Amino acid sequence: MRETIRFTLNGKSTSLSTDPSRMLLWVLRTDLELTGPKYGCGMGLCGACTVLVDGEAVRSCVTDLGSVGGKRVTTIEGLEQDGKLHPLQQAFYEHGAYQCGYCTSGMIMNAAGLLHDHPHPTREQIVEGMEGNLCRCGAHQRIVAAIEAVSGQGGRP
Amino acid sequence: MSALGQATRLDRRGFVKALGGGILILVSAPALGCSAEAQRGPQYPSDINAYLHIAADGKVTLFSGKIEMGQGIMTSLAQEAAEELGAPLDAFTVVAGDTASCPWDAGTWGSMSTRFFGPAVRAAAAQARLVLTDLAAQRLGVSRGALTVENGVVYVAADRGRHVSFGELARGRAITHTVGEQAVLRAVSQFTVMGTSPQRLDGRAKVTGAATYAGDIRRPGMLYARIVRPPVHGATPRRLDTSAAEAMPGVTAVNHDGLVAVLARDPETAAKALAAVQAEWDVPAATVNADTIYDHLVSAAPGSETVQAAGDLDAGAAASTRTVDATYYNAYVAHAPMEPHTAVAEWKDGQVTIWASTQSPFGHQAQVARAFHLPTASVRVITPFVGGGFGGKGSGAQVVEAARLAQAAGKPVMVAWTREEEFFYDTYRPAAVMKVRSGVDAAGNVKLWDYAVYAAGSRGAEVIYDVPNVRVRAFGEQSDTRSTEAYHPFATGPWRAPGANSNRFAAEQQMDAMAAAAGMDPLEFRLKNTKDPRLAGVLRAAAQAYGWQPRAFPAKSGSGRGLACGVDVGTYVVHIADVTVDRATGAVKVTRVVCAQDMGVVVNPDGAKMQTEGAIAMGLGYALSEGLRFDGGRIEDTNFDTYAFTRFSWVPPIEVTLVRNDEPGTQGGGEPGVINMGAVVANAIFDAVGARVYYLPMTPDRVLAAIRSA
Repeated sequence: MRETIRFTLNGKSTSLSTDPSRMLLWVLRTDLELTGPKYGCGMGLCGACTVLVDGEAVRSCVTDLGSVGGKRVTTIEGLEQDGKLHPLQQAFYEHGAYQCGYCTSGMIMNAAGLLHDHPHPTREQIVEGMEGNLCRCGAHQRIVAAIEAVSGQGGRP
Repeated sequence: MSALGQATRLDRRGFVKALGGGILILVSAPALGCSAEAQRGPQYPSDINAYLHIAADGKVTLFSGKIEMGQGIMTSLAQEAAEELGAPLDAFTVVAGDTASCPWDAGTWGSMSTRFFGPAVRAAAAQARLVLTDLAAQRLGVSRGALTVENGVVYVAADRGRHVSFGELARGRAITHTVGEQAVLRAVSQFTVMGTSPQRLDGRAKVTGAATYAGDIRRPGMLYARIVRPPVHGATPRRLDTSAAEAMPGVTAVNHDGLVAVLARDPETAAKALAAVQAEWDVPAATVNADTIYDHLVSAAPGSETVQAAGDLDAGAAASTRTVDATYYNAYVAHAPMEPHTAVAEWKDGQVTIWASTQSPFGHQAQVARAFHLPTASVRVITPFVGGGFGGKGSGAQVVEAARLAQAAGKPVMVAWTREEEFFYDTYRPAAVMKVRSGVDAAGNVKLWDYAVYAAGSRGAEVIYDVPNVRVRAFGEQSDTRSTEAYHPFATGPWRAPGANSNRFAAEQQMDAMAAAAGMDPLEFRLKNTKDPRLAGVLRAAAQAYGWQPRAFPAKSGSGRGLACGVDVGTYVVHIADVTVDRATGAVKVTRVVCAQDMGVVVNPDGAKMQTEGAIAMGLGYALSEGLRFDGGRIEDTNFDTYAFTRFSWVPPIEVTLVRNDEPGTQGGGEPGVINMGAVVANAIFDAVGARVYYLPMTPDRVLAAIRSA
């Protein structure tokens, strides 16, 4: 059941020889040492593990590695370019759109997926698009404001 | 700080060396001259107990026994230190919750960081400024009084060409300074860093994914543990067979005095191994459930303690033209931080280092030392960023588990609770019952207040209005775990402003009910019944921010507005909320929340607003949906599929107004914003439909039932 899986991870081609039925979250966090995506529920219910696959936001805790073969995977670690924060990261930072920070990478990646689908979302589309991401600290209002601030600048990934 | 990172224990000299030289400021507790809650434990010189380190490059490290779990104290404490030290904020790094270097602290809870630790930090930084100016005086050959400090540089005031920087003063030194002299703190009018809202120091790490949490720690040879858990609280194992799990490649099983776990090199293998463990359990019969718990609590709660007493209840009843009797209820509520409890433990030479997701690193240091019969100094707890706590990360269960399993395995071990374990072992906000009898005279003066709270505890139960005849009794303090264990079917514990959410839900609905009985506007009624200038000031500020105008009450238009007040951790807080109620379904939508707060001196206004906005958003959960489903010791909510709390679509525009008041110093900010959320929504529902909901959470079926019985 070991296979070689090739995909592009944060812009770099990556190859892993492992069981393709493993969940992407744990492969990222253990084999690839990318700990930005977080475990929150293990069932795709909270969004803390969100990453982009070909620009679409997916829950990496319920996405098997085999399904990303040949695709582009982007984690929070891949957003910053040349030492410059991605517009969403900058907006989250400036709006104080985080508290404990545990859900934040998932929030930002989900927002990146949202902007990929709707570059200029309405407030309603932002709320609807973020509805599946849980934040217990209650930063919702500022997260929406941060995404609104970026809407119109266009998502990069 | 690699040497600091490696060491379990260091003496002071070694500590300064590990920091790379410079000046380490140690402060003896009496010299702080403030009643720092942080100073009640082991004190200098037995611990390093550092407050500040000034390095040769001018960088300043602030050591904080309080941990960062989202409150933003890493930033606000640095602001307080920067203000008093005279160093720029961007020179600061904060080390939080490392027992090897930080001053002892009881735990990060009770909104105490800004109230109590902040003044200690300010005092220490002010004293550090004296140390540095004395060194500068020697260097420059002038008296201390001839010097001024600005942005990390000491100037001769009369000749600013002569100056020396903090870094230059620290260069080539490896010294510790203990200061006994009390320094004068800067006045609010002098503030240049306190009272401003710089970007948070933890912001960049959190938006880039670089912020490290306990689950992100990797140690050489580390194993991931999964622990065999009972299906029900109180269940005992009849048979545990780990042989199939142990037969799996790379899996070992450990039985450490009944703590049975499987260990593997990656978390997925550990999970598969756990699934292969065969276990049979003796399960106790359930004696209570979510419906019968309230009668049980009233009968099983211990005897009462009188929280407040004044006047004569009979006289109060006689003076009242209308009395209102009501009983209020709230369900068990989960903390559900997004980060489950996690710890990594590593033993070396009989000493253990533990990276933990915790609100109480020093508490767990003592706990582990006790469990292993070790001196406290042989246990080091390091607290990375904590992914939310809300009062739920103080038990240390996972810390002790990790230490035990790491010792048994002879390798570093991570214990990371799954979401299911998090729900099972949460120390829930207790279910509670509040019984109130109150009376009001024809002129709208409250004359009688007889209040009893069962199981929630007394916090927030005291009457905040001017009432002549009062009895407030608490049957069971939430903090008394010896008694609460006896009548709750599973663990309970502090939950953001423990007790206050329950007590304000009851008390502020009762006030509203009396306003309605007296035919008065809810705002006017509250103002009429208080002479407390802080309460009146915050009421007026909230009313103004909202644009409150008297009108028919209850409006019964399907839309309503509610008002609720509270005093918590030294802070006065008033909430006003708008709701719409769907009379056909009972569904409630909160459409606006305005909050005014007098929290004394505000260190970081935007940070204070973030905490308050967050508390309001969180509070919508316990108001509308959060109530644990259980049957005896069986926890039926195991993940976010059935346990619902605030989502984006629930969150209305939230407006927070801070009422300026420099008199009382810094007061609490983490908790007050949450305490009125049940009451303010309930009062708005009453205004909207003329029906009272006596149960938290106010689910659609309960709202519907209230509408039908009104």
